[in-house]
Amino acid sequence: MVNASKQLIAGLGVLMLFAVLSASCYAMDYPDEVEIDSLANLYEPVVFDHAMHVDATESCAECHHHTTGTEVINEYCAKCHTGTVEMDAVSCQDCHSADPVSPENLHHPKPGYSYHNDQPNLKAAYHLNCLGCHQEVGGPTGCEDCHVKTEAGDKFYRSGEFAPKEPAHSSEH
Amino acid sequence: MSKITRRRFLAGSAAGGAAIMLTPAKKALAAGSFEGFPDGMGVLVDLTRCVGCRTCEAACNAEQNLPEPAKPFDDTSVFDEIHHGQKRRTTDKAYTIVNRYEPKDSDEPVYRKIQCNHCNEPACLTSCFVNAYKKTPEGAVIYNEKVCVGCRNCMIACPFHIPAYTYHSVLNPVIKKCIFCYDTRLKEGRPPACVESCPQQVMTFGKRKDLMVIAHERIKKNPGKYVDHVYGEKEVGGTGWFYLSSAPFEEVGFDVNLPKKPIIDNVKDFLAIVPIVLTVWPALFTGFHLLATKGKSHGHGDDHSHDEQEGH
Ligand code: SF4
Ligand code: SF4
Ligand code: SF4
Repeated sequence: MVNASKQLIAGLGVLMLFAVLSASCYAMDYPDEVEIDSLANLYEPVVFDHAMHVDATESCAECHHHTTGTEVINEYCAKCHTGTVEMDAVSCQDCHSADPVSPENLHHPKPGYSYHNDQPNLKAAYHLNCLGCHQEVGGPTGCEDCHVKTEAGDKFYRSGEFAPKEPAHSSEH
Repeated sequence: MSKITRRRFLAGSAAGGAAIMLTPAKKALAAGSFEGFPDGMGVLVDLTRCVGCRTCEAACNAEQNLPEPAKPFDDTSVFDEIHHGQKRRTTDKAYTIVNRYEPKDSDEPVYRKIQCNHCNEPACLTSCFVNAYKKTPEGAVIYNEKVCVGCRNCMIACPFHIPAYTYHSVLNPVIKKCIFCYDTRLKEGRPPACVESCPQQVMTFGKRKDLMVIAHERIKKNPGKYVDHVYGEKEVGGTGWFYLSSAPFEEVGFDVNLPKKPIIDNVKDFLAIVPIVLTVWPALFTGFHLLATKGKSHGHGDDHSHDEQEGH
């Protein structure tokens, strides 16, 4: 009994969500630009031209892989999360955490962790999504096509003013 | 410090040669029955994700305080380098490097990051007659530079050609290789610097046994994407770092003819050479040592000698 009514409620929830989403996807208010800055360090924050990408893609779901839009690109997440608040998440960082491999989690996993242990971290979620598509459609794929290096970045990569000064004399084997 | 240790070792080696020669035999037995640490950590490397950005190389350089590279880490011309007819290899100044391959049936190049694979039953360890190597319960294969005599047994024994030798450092020649960031990270349960730096999460850090499940799940969940093989699951008795690929492993630089069993048998054969090493090297090292003490007024700073001497 309890199960049946739960299922009914879940079912209704899905229907309502679909109604809302399909009506709203393209009519929805979306930002023309998104500044992605939470991980900025070696590179400046990225000002993402959202409007251009909305024009260039067929469906929101191409990037928002199971949250916004009627299609579900990543069925794996939708298996459990259909009809739940997670399906309303729009921002990558709502699901993808910056640092999922904490020592605690590895040794005493939280309940449900085993379903998420292969979920990309935030940095990878951005890059796998963006670069993956750019490779397919022939978009820009060089690091500095999207990112501007900071001074910390030049130092880290030993580039720019931190580039090796002396010409490389034969020290390799 | 290291020289004092070496001097002691050499002084002892003539008289104590017999005692030292017993060590390999004992170790070979022990290693043959070693099953690996059940909770050891590992890294799953997914070649399909790598874009060859070399960020991991830069991260390793910073984390391990390695000397300045010959070229910036964002310079992709290194992928065209050929040294002695081979693509780049790990060196005493670069514990990890990324190479580019062009598999036959792929339009896109495939990049592969190379570093120590932290074998379950490391051939480097079993081949070392001064016991410089250690496999830690966390999964890292580390070594004690102060004990290393630079005999290069491990270089020859390693099936992946990983340990590199400080050729430039005549005064203090030792082996250098990736240590899984043991001192600074792994010991505390944190992922290595290269793993954390990668924008594509090519590398996933976790318990080896959990990662193996994930690896097989990725193959199952993405039919047709991967070669149905996890390189390093069984090779040479299993490795701590193991690989998924969409291209045949032999086309992206992997040795697919390695035995499934640890190469302990080969190492045992190799160990037969050790007595010769013991008789020849002490003389040689005494020579080196005389040179070393002659050129230097004080023996200070030996521990950092690799930082200073190789900056050229
Ligand atoms: S890859 Fe080579 S150096 Fe690393 S643990 Fe295995 S045998 Fe030793
Ligand atoms: S694990 Fe640490 S030492 Fe090994 S390649 Fe990565 S950063 Fe370098
Ligand atoms: S940082 Fe990651 S993507 Fe970049 S070269 Fe290294 S493994 Fe490949």
